[in-house]
Amino acid sequence: MIEIKDLKKAFDENVIFDGFSLSLPDKGFYALSGPSGAGKTTLFRMISGLDTGYAGEINADGKISYVFQENRLLPQMTAYENVFTACGDKEKSLSLLREVGLIEAVDKYPSELSGGMNRRVAIARALSYGHDILLLDEPFTALDADIRDKIINLIKELEKDKLLLIITHDPDEISALGCEEIKIND
Amino acid sequence: MKRRFSLPSPLRSALALVFWVGVWWIISLIVNKQVLIPSPPAVAVRLIELIKTSDFHISVLMSVLRITAGFAAAVLLGIISGVLCAKFKTVDTLLSPLYNVIKATPVASFIILALVWINKELIPVFISALMVLPVIHGNVKQGIIETDKQLLEVAKIFGFGRRKTLKTVYLPSVLPYLTAGMKTCLGLAWKAGVASEVLCFAAYSIGNKLYQSKVYLETADMFAWTVTVILISVIIEKLLMAAVDLSKKKSKYDRNKRPEKSV
Repeated sequence: MIEIKDLKKAFDENVIFDGFSLSLPDKGFYALSGPSGAGKTTLFRMISGLDTGYAGEINADGKISYVFQENRLLPQMTAYENVFTACGDKEKSLSLLREVGLIEAVDKYPSELSGGMNRRVAIARALSYGHDILLLDEPFTALDADIRDKIINLIKELEKDKLLLIITHDPDEISALGCEEIKIND
Repeated sequence: MKRRFSLPSPLRSALALVFWVGVWWIISLIVNKQVLIPSPPAVAVRLIELIKTSDFHISVLMSVLRITAGFAAAVLLGIISGVLCAKFKTVDTLLSPLYNVIKATPVASFIILALVWINKELIPVFISALMVLPVIHGNVKQGIIETDKQLLEVAKIFGFGRRKTLKTVYLPSVLPYLTAGMKTCLGLAWKAGVASEVLCFAAYSIGNKLYQSKVYLETADMFAWTVTVILISVIIEKLLMAAVDLSKKKSKYDRNKRPEKSV
């Protein structure tokens, strides 16, 4: 569950949120939409506790997992180790890497993988975490259409009882996931 | 396309060494006074003679022990103060003038002051440490400051905790800075350590032997001891780098390491 009340946030003179409120239940899929610079990523950062410089109230009830806009993988660790470091479960890590089509690349380092493969590792890491809320910031960038569809199905299956928020500019992704759209600063 | 012929790197280094020994030999022949510039063979013969004496072994061992102790103490203190200064602005502000003074003060001033303050046998330890400390401190501090903020956010989101964050995010960032600092400082520690041994007449030390060679105008001895200092410095540097490489392989900080395919 996420409760946002009277959120105010500005970067210097640029006001991003001025009295924004939002209430989301324990489970369900929601897509944040809005023009570039509307504050979608900033909102994710505030919900996840990475950005605390705001006025108002944000209550996120549950453990949060996050697919960042960038892959942010630990460069000295293999694909498997990157996932394992988040969840501490060998079977779960391997199973998720298999699901995202990377079982042959488990012992590869991020520098040895393509952009799309690293993206899939980042997604597998986030899905492995044992969370209640999943934040996905443009998660399907650099993915081929067939792999993207496969991962969308995987997310729909694994996250059906959780709260999911996604930032995407692609209406196909929103409809494929069956997300309810939340417009920000439109 | 024409391929350029290139010698292997160790051979090129050996040839460069041979070249400079040749230059030394030619200068020695031109000067033609062994008391001013002894020839390389004369120095080699003297070095072999010295190596056979127990006095040589004890002097080398004592110098190695003193300078290594100073180096190790400085690395430890440098890591601690680097971490504290990177994390706490007040500590950084407090220690900054101290490190600036250490960096700006000539080593000879510290040696003379140390002669007043402490036991002369400990002066090389103190001086080596003093030369190494600011470099290690600065490098560790920089390594922490340069740590990828995005990876720190990953650690926060996925609940790594302090220990795991230190191991998986900070350590890989700091290690290259620390090893580079250690490599730079080894030579520095040796030079400053031996210089302090010369000035404080530390018993059983390379510096003392160098001083005695100068007093008795035994220039071949002086060269032989200098060659000894260079050789030990190179050997210790190689050993240190081998130890660093080994620790990298044992841990997970070597990006080129291939993991076991147990999964």
